[in-house]
Formats: sequence, structure tokens, C-alpha cells
Amino acid sequence: MFSAEQGCWFIRKVICWRAAASIAWAVLLLPPSTAIFVILSKFSVLHPIQTISECFSMLTSATAIFSFILLCGVIIMVGFLNFEYYTVIPTIACSKIALFGQLLHPRQLVNSLVHCIMGMIVAWCSAVTIGFRYETLGHPCAQTDGYHQMCLNEYHLILLLGGAFVGFSHSLLGVIHNMNYVSFHTVQQYKYLRFKGCLPLVVKCSATQALYSVRNFIVVYYFLGYIPRTWICKTLNLHLGSSAHPLDSIAGLLDLSLLYHLWISATFLLFTWYITLLLFRIFLTEGYSFPVQSSFTEDADHCLPKVLTEKQPMILKFLALQDLALLSQHSPLRRCEVFSLSQPGGHPHNWNAISKECLSLLADLTQRLVAYHDTVATNGRAKSLSSGSERKTSSETSGTEDFMSPRPTALMKTPASVFTRSIAGGQQSPLTAPFTPDLDSPFMSPALRRLAAPVEQGSPWYGTVQSPHIMRRVPKLWSTSTDSQVNGSSPPSPASVPSDKQEPSKPSFLAQFLQNRREQVKNFLAKRVLIVYLFNKLPEASSQALFADSQAHIWALEGLSYLVQASFSEDQFGVVQTTLPSILSCMLVLQEAVDRHFKLPHASSKPVRSTSSMGDSTYKTLRFALRATLKTAIYRITTTFGDHLNAVQLSAEHRKRLQQFLEYKE
Amino acid sequence: MCSLALFPPPLPYGQTTVCESNNELLSGSSTEDQLKQDFSPPSLSFPRESLKLHSRTENSSKAAFLDHSETLWMRSAAAWRDGGLTGLLNEITNSHPEVPKWLSMSSGCILALLQWVSSFHGSLFPHLTLSSEDMIAEFSQVLNWSDCVVRAFAWHPHTDKFAVALLDDSIKIYNPKSATTPTLKHRLQRNVAVVQWKPLCASALAVGCQNCLLVWHVDPCSLSTRPSAGCAHVLSHPGHAPVTSIAWSPSGSLLVSASPMDTAMMVWDVAAESCVPLQRVGGGGVTFLSWSPDGSHVLASTPSALFRVWETRMWTCERWPCIKGRCQSGCWSPDGSRLLFTVQDEAVIYSLTFTNTPAAVPSGTSKGPHAAVVVADLSETTFSTPDGDIIVGGEIQSLAWDPRGERLAVLLKGDPRAADRSPIIAVFKTRVSPIFELLPCGFVQGEPGAEPRLMQFHPNFRHGALLTVCWSSGRITHVPFYFLSASIPRLGLSGSPTLPHVQERPADFANQSLFTEFIS
Repeated sequence: MFSAEQGCWFIRKVICWRAAASIAWAVLLLPPSTAIFVILSKFSVLHPIQTISECFSMLTSATAIFSFILLCGVIIMVGFLNFEYYTVIPTIACSKIALFGQLLHPRQLVNSLVHCIMGMIVAWCSAVTIGFRYETLGHPCAQTDGYHQMCLNEYHLILLLGGAFVGFSHSLLGVIHNMNYVSFHTVQQYKYLRFKGCLPLVVKCSATQALYSVRNFIVVYYFLGYIPRTWICKTLNLHLGSSAHPLDSIAGLLDLSLLYHLWISATFLLFTWYITLLLFRIFLTEGYSFPVQSSFTEDADHCLPKVLTEKQPMILKFLALQDLALLSQHSPLRRCEVFSLSQPGGHPHNWNAISKECLSLLADLTQRLVAYHDTVATNGRAKSLSSGSERKTSSETSGTEDFMSPRPTALMKTPASVFTRSIAGGQQSPLTAPFTPDLDSPFMSPALRRLAAPVEQGSPWYGTVQSPHIMRRVPKLWSTSTDSQVNGSSPPSPASVPSDKQEPSKPSFLAQFLQNRREQVKNFLAKRVLIVYLFNKLPEASSQALFADSQAHIWALEGLSYLVQASFSEDQFGVVQTTLPSILSCMLVLQEAVDRHFKLPHASSKPVRSTSSMGDSTYKTLRFALRATLKTAIYRITTTFGDHLNAVQLSAEHRKRLQQFLEYKE
Repeated sequence: MCSLALFPPPLPYGQTTVCESNNELLSGSSTEDQLKQDFSPPSLSFPRESLKLHSRTENSSKAAFLDHSETLWMRSAAAWRDGGLTGLLNEITNSHPEVPKWLSMSSGCILALLQWVSSFHGSLFPHLTLSSEDMIAEFSQVLNWSDCVVRAFAWHPHTDKFAVALLDDSIKIYNPKSATTPTLKHRLQRNVAVVQWKPLCASALAVGCQNCLLVWHVDPCSLSTRPSAGCAHVLSHPGHAPVTSIAWSPSGSLLVSASPMDTAMMVWDVAAESCVPLQRVGGGGVTFLSWSPDGSHVLASTPSALFRVWETRMWTCERWPCIKGRCQSGCWSPDGSRLLFTVQDEAVIYSLTFTNTPAAVPSGTSKGPHAAVVVADLSETTFSTPDGDIIVGGEIQSLAWDPRGERLAVLLKGDPRAADRSPIIAVFKTRVSPIFELLPCGFVQGEPGAEPRLMQFHPNFRHGALLTVCWSSGRITHVPFYFLSASIPRLGLSGSPTLPHVQERPADFANQSLFTEFIS
């Protein structure tokens, strides 16, 4: 992924430099944070002056400088990992099993391992810095016969293991909370001010997260601590000190100073990493101003209309769209360039390219929503029609269904239909975005899951690949059965059984038999609690996944609507007028699709806000932001143009809808 | 400089201002004397007796229940949940027999220490010692807020509907085109300080109240008179209460909110329910916000003698220290180039001009002026009327500028102790371009005994300006000012103003000494 993106000029010239700058700043911020850590870790109330002098001598010693160099290396490594793993479109796991899949992905395993090692290195540095009883792994101890030998210093060991544990849990939580997701803020601020504003949050987050991690670590160490201890003793030929308490006992762990040092070093570790992450996010999402048009042909590739249309890398597209939204809002000069005509020829190339790209983005989202809604709605209807016969054949199925979704009238999906669709998704190109949310249905066979697995990794935004399934929206009632027949497999769902009976070509007896067997297996599996737990869909996850990349659509809507608004007074040649009907109809169609989507269960339920986490949860509310932006965008156009819109050519249905907006009744 | 001495004398007792036409304010003896017009918003009345007020506040309802003895742990947990650290310490200190002596002693000491520190903080910023209700009353734009029947009022920016927040914590929405008047009530909607409709949206209404910020979605097509609490989104941030002022961005995308208790101003992305705190040193809170109509600047005043003007592109701010008191109120000209503001304890209106820097060049701070200019002096003036001498003038409670920039209404506080100095609204004629001009227009008066409490201009009145005034009697009346706009009608205000039946004369004020930029 990294090597593939290397080719792009933007990654080479901008993103790499931004990442490097953020890492440099993180390294520069390391001395003050280390100094604060040293003071806090050595502080004693009784001897404040002695503490300070100790700190000074500590900070200038050779070991401190060596460990500081190590810490710098760790920070650079963390920054590099951030750069390598960041994404602007979050990966949303729709069920527990998908989440496990993400956690066990080799890429993620490497990440966890590296974090583990780095955590241990930071812990070693902090152990050396704290000094005192934590300094070395072995210490000389006297045996009963007076013979001196090396004993294991368990305090040092527990600190090292603690660091490794915190690093590991940091990387796990990174997956669960989508910490590698970089979100763009609606409020533009200068980098320094944004950093200053976020600093208290980072301190709070790292302190609380360190507290939880240390708690978990202590529990783990209490039960499993003897394993690494004996292993270390064996390999390094150290002896267990017999004098002190072993630390995996309650008495040993109830050492307040030890707990404090564990916590403060975990906080230090998380703080430096979070700062690196925060700086990376701030630098990466800083607005980049692309030229609208260039007088030199070699720069033509770097101009906004050209850059917008590029599919890879995603960050380039996002920054270009952000720039479009900002320029349409704030800079009349650059808007003027958008509305300008090409010098020989007099074509509005800039506007055409920009509007075309934005419209295709919006149309893509509309198609995705419509396809999703169609499948869901189809299932609901097929279910309601065939419910009688289904109840006759398998009463258990309906029982589990009721367990899964308490409102059968607004059924999200029946297991059977999910099964069908997953076949379709698996056999088509792995990039059929709309089906990402549905892949992990509870009743999918493992083979099919393996077929469909690549979709989980692919971003849902390769959507310009248009599968026939997305395009089709006409056959509603019987689309499940037709799908399965188109795809050449036997109809596997009970929902399609009655429909098959009405069709002239009946499936063979063998197929029926196979399907019944499969049905029984599914029913059997559906009753197992663990399976249901693992495979059950998380509510609203499918909605979140559908709108995962909606930040791009929000910018496209803002950019288009502001440009159209500005065109009312600034567009000298009337270039916008030619596209106004298509813009309006595109927005209205999207509005309809979004409205329909929000009528689905779980789509309009608000997620719980979590403030004390470094993971950005903006993606959870993107669909609401999109809905609000869409309405505002249409209102912006209708308010600006007013009754002039009656002269725009639109279909009767759209005109009716637009009239609602003109009367402020939406 | 324009002063009150140039104004025509107030109306005699019993007369009310009906409208302005032909450049003069017409008066009538009763409110039925309204002119016939093609648009007449409903004139409402909310008698105090008709409102069902809360007999007691929520906190004191504890006394109505039997005392239930809980364990110390339960009580401590409840105290921690309700009152935070101070509550917990209080609880521990007060339950002597159950806790060890050293614990209650030490918590008592910590509590005393905390109180001492907070009193020190309070002596720096005296407003922090106020209760939240007093704080809203102190910083609200409404005159005498705590005693006011109509506590907040907001016109919808695009249609003829408006929202009225009443003393009983309910909000009613009136729409001349529909028969239903939805009433909004919510558990958290207490002591409403301010309401504002979201621009470029038909349904969203933001409400700033004692504990949080609510955003209601009132479906204009719905026939329900009591929208459920599910239609409201609660936006809250720890430490950000009470909310005394809110402002939507004119593009409808962002909402800023201010609380005198919080030094940070919150910028909300309402749909995503996320907020960005914008914090600067100094001030000790934010009391009043006003977003310029072109969206480029936000005025944020603080409880101390300092206000800030934020530019909204990169959210940097300019500090404006005042000499005397805090900035009480402010308003922007329609093009966002001029800010008029008033300072507490001063009877003058100041003006600041902002030139819009070309936004293509990202400049650090917007190039602003170096000092504010006094444009109007509203110090006390005595008018001799047939009913005796009337003293008008003094401190200013709030300012309102009509959306075309042609009329400026100033709500003068008056003096509650002196009978002949009741609050009054003075209206100026203004012109923004090519040069700023301020001419006297007259006083707007209501029924005998009714004092103006709150005023707002209709955002798109076709025939001029329409000033809505909420009176202490609970009445809401609308005073139209008919005139032909000198400037080109703004975008979105489609159609040219058709004159109802009033012809306009050219103004001849040449014989009066008036404020223009050249004179001062």
C-alpha cells in the first residue's frame, strides 16, 4: 500500500513532509514531557529540594541521555506506524467476528508486536529514569550459605511487562476505537492553536487510559505473572529472591509506590504516543490550497479539477474536496477562476470538471443507498408475504429472528435473505461496496465468508465499479430468487421457496434436499449462544459503514452549493446555469434516498458520545452530518435563486419536491 | 454625533406607536388602530395569570418526601453524582457519626480550602458567585429577564413564523400560515435565556437554557401540538452552563454558544454533536455572541471590560479592551463591515469598522480599526410634554439593526426607581454606504404601563422593517416601518418591495446636525 502510493506526487511532496514535520515536532516535545515525567516520578513531599537536585543530576547523566535517544527512536517509529496505518475512511466492523478478523489480521499482528516491543523499550527507559529499586533486572543477593549470586529484580520485570502490556493494549484499542482514522474538522484553526486546544484532552485521555491498562495488567499479572518470571529466571540463570514478597501476591501488589510508578510510566508512554498521533492528525488534515488552474502545462496535474478526479490516494481526494469546500465559501478570487472560460475555445473546463466529479460522488452515494435500501426492503416484503409458509416449515427460524430483531414489522433482514445476498456479494467483484455491511451475517457458511472476506479490507469507496446488483432496482418482490438464479447457485433461502413454487422452472429435488440440510445446520448454529454473539450484527454498524466516507460527500455538497450560490452574482458567463438542473435533481434524488434510509431501524439512533478517548468517533455521526448538510445545501440554492428556479428544467416530481423547499416545508 | 435632543418628543400618555410611514412615526390611542396591511403577524398576549408556573424548583422537592436512610456509601455515591467533589466532601463532613473523625475533619478542611480558593477566584470575577438564574438575568439581552413573561423571542430567518419562550419554560411556535401552535417542553429546558432558528433550515430551533443547549426539530408539516422530547437533541459540555447566548452561522453549518461560567466559547457541529472549545486567556467567561450577517466575524463579549472579535475562517481573534465596563450588546451591519456596540454604564453607541480582507490571502488577523468611534450619545435628555417633563436616556440594554441596515432600535434601560424614567425604545434611521449615517427617527411606545423588554427585527419584511417588541405586560406587538430601501435588496430577499399605500418623501434633514463619518 505504501509503496503503491509512493508514486503519487502528492504523497511524495506533501504528505511525507507533513508526516516528517509532525514526527519532528513530537521529538522536540519529548524533552519537556520527559522532564515532567522525571519530576513526577521522583517527587517526594518530604524532600522537595532534594527531589529537584536529584532530577537535575539524573537528566544530565549518561544513562538518561542514552534512554532519551532510545525514546526518540520509539517516537520516530510510532510516527512511522501512524503514517503507515492511517486512513481517512474508517473500517467499520459490523459484527464481533469481523472485529476479531481485524484484530487477527497479519498486518495488525505486526503492529501489535511492534507496539509491544516499543512499550517495553519505553518502560525500560522509565525504569532507568526512575532508578531506585527499578534500575536493573538482576541484583546481587545473599544466600543462606553466604554465597553471593544474582537474583531477579521483580520490580524491574513488572515495569517492563507493564510497558509491553500497555503497548499491546494500545494497539488493540487502536483497532477497536478506530484510532488510525483521521477525521477532518469543520472548524479550521491554526496548527498551534489546535494543538493547544487538544492538549488537555490528551493528558486526560492518557491518564485515564493508563489507569485502566494498569488495572488490567495487574489482574493479568496476578494470575499469570509466574510464567514470565520463571521463564526469565531460567533463561538468564537468575534466582528468585526469597526475602521479599513475590509480586504476584496480593500483599506484593498492594504496594502504592509500585502502583504509582506503574501508572506514571504508563501515562508517560501513552502521552508521548498520543502526542505523536495528535500532531500527525493535525499536520495531515491541514488544508492544502490547490491551484484552480495553472498557466504551465507541467503543473496541470496538480490543479484542483484534475486532482479531484483521482481515485488514489484517498488523502489527496479528501484534501482536494476540503479545499473546494473552503474556496467556494471564502475566496471570491478562486471562485472566479472556477467560473472562468478556457482561453482558446471558451469552454468552462474548470467548472465542468469540478461539478462532474462532485455529481458523480453524490450519484454514487445515492446508488449505494438505493441498493442497500432495496435489498433491505425486498427482504422485508418477501418475508411478510411468505411468512405463513415459512412458519409452517421451520418455527425455530422465526423464533431466532424474533430474538434478533424485536420488531418484525420493520425487519432489518431475515437470515435467509442475508445468506442470499452474501452469495451474490461473494461471487461478484470484491469491491461491491454496499454489501460490506452485510457480509457478516449470522448464517453465512465459512466457505462463503472466505469468498467475501476481501471486501472487509477494501475501502467502501471503490464504488465506481458498478456491479449489476447495484444498478438493478426495479425487481423488488422476487429479487432474492432471481438473484440466486442469475448467480447460478441453488436458491438457498426459505424466503425464496414460495416464490420458486410460483415460477415455471422448479429447482431439482437434490437442490431442495441440500437446501433443507443447510437450513437445519443454520438453525442448529443459530441456537448456540456463542455463535449468535459472534455473528450477530452490531446495530447501526451497517449504517455507519454505508456512510463511512461521507465526509467527501459533505464537502462535495458544500462546495457545489456555495459555488451555485456565488454564481448568482459572480458567474459572468452563466456556466453554472447549464448544470443547475442536474445539480438540483442529483441533490433531490439523494435527499429522497437519505430520507428513506433514515426510516430504517437503527439508522436514526444516535450513538453514545465518548469524550475521553483518543479514538475519533466522528464517523459514527457522519450520516447525520450528511443529512443536515444536504438539506442546508438545497435550501442554500433555493433561497438564493428563489422563484427563478421555476425556469429551471426539472421533472414534475422534482419540481414538486423543490416547491416544498421553496416554501420551507421540509 | 447624534444625540437624543434631536429626537421628536415622546408621545403623550395613552398613545401608542403604530407604524412609521412617510418618514414619521404615527401613533394611535389603542392597538386596534392598526393600519391595514397585506402582512400582519399575530399580535399576541400572554397574561401572567394564564401561565402555570412551577410552584417550587426541582431541588426543593426533596423535602416533600420522607427521609430515607441509606448507607454512607450510597449517599456518597449520590453526592458525587449530583454535586461532584464538593458534594462528596459536604456529605462526608456532615455525616459525623458514621465516618471516622479524621476523615470528616480532613474533608471539612479540604472543603474550606476549596471554598477559599473559589472565593478568591470569585473576587477576581464577581459574576462567578451568582446563581445561574441571576447570571442569566444579568447577562441576558432581555431587560429584567427574571420578571419577564416572554423570556426569549426569535423570528424564523426565512418565513413568517416565530418562537416565543415563556416564563413557564415552554416554547410556543406561531405560524400565520398554520393553525397549530406547537408547544415545546423538555425536562432540561429550564430558564430559557435565548432561542434562535437555524438559517437555511425549516425546522431546527436552538435553545440556550440553564443546564444545556437544546436543538429542537419542529417539523413544519406536522400537526402535532406537543412534539415529543425525542425531537430535541441535547448538547452539553461539562462546565458550559448556563448558556446565555447562542448564534448560528449565517450559512447554517455551525452554532456557537457562550456561558459566563466557561472561559471557552463552544463551536458546535450540531448534526455531529461535536464541539470545539475556543479558549483565550482573560475575560472569565463569554456572555454575548453575535455573528455578522456575512458570516465573517463573531462578536464575543466577556463579563470583564474586554470583548473579542473572532474571524471565522481560521478562528483567530482580536482583543478589544473597553475602558469602563463590559460590552453589553452589539449588532452588525448587513454587510458585516460595521459593528455597533454598547458598553455597560455608558450611554453611548460605539462603532467599529472591519474591512474584509481578500480571503484568498490567509492573513493572521483581520485588519481591523485601531479604536472605536462614538456615533451616538444617548445620555439623559429632558423633553417637556403636555403631561410634564419626561427624562429619556441613560444606559442601553440592547441594540437591534434591521436586516437592510436602515433602522436601528435601541432599548434604553431607564431607571426602575424613578417613575418618570421608564424604559423606552429609541429608533434611528441609518445608512451604511457610501458613508455611515445615523439620523433620529423617534420613540416606540406601548400601552400605558407597559415597558419594553425585548425587541427584534423581522428578518425579511418586504416593505421596510418590522420591529417586534415584547412588553412587560406579556404582549407582543409589531411596529412596521414603511420605507423604500435605498440599497439594493439583498440576495434571497426576492422581489422588490411593493409599497402598500404609503408614498415616501425624500428626507430633508439638512438643517439638523447629524452624525456622519465626516463630522466626527
